[in-house]
Amino acid sequence: MATTEKRLEVLKTYKIYIGGQFPRTESGRYYVATNSKKENLANVCLGSRKDFRDAVVAARNAFGGWSGRAAFNRGQILYRIAEMLEGRKTQFIDELIKQDATRTQAENEVNLCIDRLIYYSGWCDKFQQLFSSVNPVASSHFNFSVPEPTGVVAAIAPQGDSLLGLVSVIAPIIAGGNTCIVLASATKPLCAVTFAEVLNSSDLPGGVVNILTGKVAELVPYFADHMDVNATVFCEADAAIQKLIKEKSALNVKRVVLYDKVKWANASGQSPYFIMDLQEIKTTWHPIENIGGAKAGY
Amino acid sequence: MATKKNNTIKLKFDSTRNLAPAPESKSAAKIEPQYDLFINGKFEKPQNKKYFATINPATEEKLSMIAEANTADVNKAVVAARTAYDKTWKKMPPAERAKYIYRIARMIQERAREFAIIETLDGGKPIRESRDFDVPTAANHFFYYAGWADKLEYAFPNRRTEPLGVAGQIIPWNFPLLMAAWKIAPALACGNTVVLKPAENTSLTALKLAEIIQEADLPPGVVNIITGAGTTGAAIVNHADINKIAFTGSTEVGKIIQRAIAGTNKKATLELGGKAANIIFDDAPLDQAVEGVINGIFFNQGHVCCAGSRLYVQESVFKEVVRKLKDRLETLIVGDPMDKNTDIGAINSKAQLDIINKYIKIGQQEGAEMYQPSCAIPKKGFYCRPTIFTNVAQSNRIAQEEIFGPVLAIQSFRTDDEVIEKANNTPYGLSAGVWTDKGSKIFNLTTKLRAGVIWANTFNKFDPTSPFGGYKESGYGREGGLHGLNAYVNII
Repeated sequence: MATTEKRLEVLKTYKIYIGGQFPRTESGRYYVATNSKKENLANVCLGSRKDFRDAVVAARNAFGGWSGRAAFNRGQILYRIAEMLEGRKTQFIDELIKQDATRTQAENEVNLCIDRLIYYSGWCDKFQQLFSSVNPVASSHFNFSVPEPTGVVAAIAPQGDSLLGLVSVIAPIIAGGNTCIVLASATKPLCAVTFAEVLNSSDLPGGVVNILTGKVAELVPYFADHMDVNATVFCEADAAIQKLIKEKSALNVKRVVLYDKVKWANASGQSPYFIMDLQEIKTTWHPIENIGGAKAGY
Repeated sequence: MATKKNNTIKLKFDSTRNLAPAPESKSAAKIEPQYDLFINGKFEKPQNKKYFATINPATEEKLSMIAEANTADVNKAVVAARTAYDKTWKKMPPAERAKYIYRIARMIQERAREFAIIETLDGGKPIRESRDFDVPTAANHFFYYAGWADKLEYAFPNRRTEPLGVAGQIIPWNFPLLMAAWKIAPALACGNTVVLKPAENTSLTALKLAEIIQEADLPPGVVNIITGAGTTGAAIVNHADINKIAFTGSTEVGKIIQRAIAGTNKKATLELGGKAANIIFDDAPLDQAVEGVINGIFFNQGHVCCAGSRLYVQESVFKEVVRKLKDRLETLIVGDPMDKNTDIGAINSKAQLDIINKYIKIGQQEGAEMYQPSCAIPKKGFYCRPTIFTNVAQSNRIAQEEIFGPVLAIQSFRTDDEVIEKANNTPYGLSAGVWTDKGSKIFNLTTKLRAGVIWANTFNKFDPTSPFGGYKESGYGREGGLHGLNAYVNII
């Protein structure tokens, strides 16, 4: 039964990703993502304050489990994300091309993202050793300092590209045991949503990464002043928004990390120092008994 | 007096235990009648010619007059620091920089007794503490960081560092000399120059340190020490040519600073308030734990950001621990800070005493049960009896808010999970304590408590090699140790 009619393509509904689920925005709002040819690419969720707050709840709930996992296990899961991305490469390349990339650019971007995930997978159980210390205190105590994740991170992904910035920001955050809410590029949101599908099939527990789509100017105040968020990440050079983030972050002494000078496509776009940007240092003391010594250990 | 039937004997702490006075002598320290601002290696009069009095909180007697720096003075200090940075300090071979810092450490050691006396006179802390803790630890801090100056390339794997430039440093009144050391030593070691402002109540030891810096021949302008209150601090925070703000103080002011520098490229480290949980499990060595609790909350009259101000005791030993605590309270010697036997000295200021008394009243109004020992306290000066509250609810203000005084809120718990939940239920995250004989339980607790410093079977220990600083609203950045270098370099 040959037919000359072209098969009707099934279009994808682009959703947001909260707590391991793919809801549409609770606000019911949308915006149309377009490319330079003014083609309509998708009706994308115009995420709301409530979406963000739901995502924070999911991220906070996921934090204990994720930060408590073995570092080795986190490494395996990041590796798994890379595997899944590799398997769905063509889908990402197609989306990047729709969003104005050339084929070569698109291929390079996806390859770099996969490699970057592998890179951070390897760091998961190594950066702690590099940035820890045993401190030779003068009293009779054993004393050591280790990095621990800051907590729930609200990040606004680099707005200039669809996938590379997003992956480069998320990977060090979760490699270090944090959970996050990430706002995708507003103009190129397609890959972020598809990347959420990759995350969802990678054994990454729900809530560790939550991805929203929407407008930076609308959502950034909520990212910065939520009382249950421990840090904000912003990657653009917009001085007014930087100031607003820093001011609002003071409400609960959030750590503010600015990546406005990072070139994500370069080798300098990855390093364990990105992981350390969202780590706290915890120092633990314990007395050493001094058997037969003149001094008590306490 | 009705006595409850009790199998334990009530200990008696009467006159037989009184110790003869053992006062330290004021004569071993020299305090000038007036102090000027230390700018560009010289002591200079403030431009508005204003001075304010600094008093001994133990006697309310005036000790000296301190210059009040205004915006123009701050500007002068920043210009001096910038010039010293550009012309001298950043160009100096790191090993030479190190030797200056070593020199400062040595000179503090040489004049340790004088520093201890002045610290106690100006701040009200027991001479035993300023002599055995504040001053030696301050000297050690300079000694430790001096050695880092020419070794920075080993501190940051695969990276180089550069200094930030001019650091504006604002420090509190609870450990005046020690906080100055915590701020100045790493800043200099990393190649920065400094404008430091001590708290207005406790400027004297910082000004004595200025004398040492002058005597040590540190190039003029590398360290500038200017005095004044909040407006002077604000002028530092808002100065356009400062690259870094390092602040230790209240969370409230820390947030104001974070907002004030929002539109700038200034870096900041904030070491803010705390409400540390001290947790006693039923298998802990109770006598040692009680000693640790006493040290945790009454060290320096409780004017300690990491003070163990919330005590959680496992239900099965609750009564016993509270009884032991009350007994121990009876033996604490409250009074003249200059007496070498004194455990608890004077509250740092009238204003702080008012805050503490306000919270003691709030605690009682909220239904908590207060206990204070019967000790006499001096008529003149600012004093507060060591105070413990039982029957405290997690929501009570005395269990939530930082009091910064000798006031302990005690609660009970049953399970590990419960106490972790309660201990972490605070916006702060500076420190915590755990008392148990079980190693695996210690590590369970120490990994789950969200705080920057965890003391297990000890409390309130500090060391130059040991990083100190908070999680959450207790601030960010570390002071001390390898990690303390981070606060004063750009990693490139």
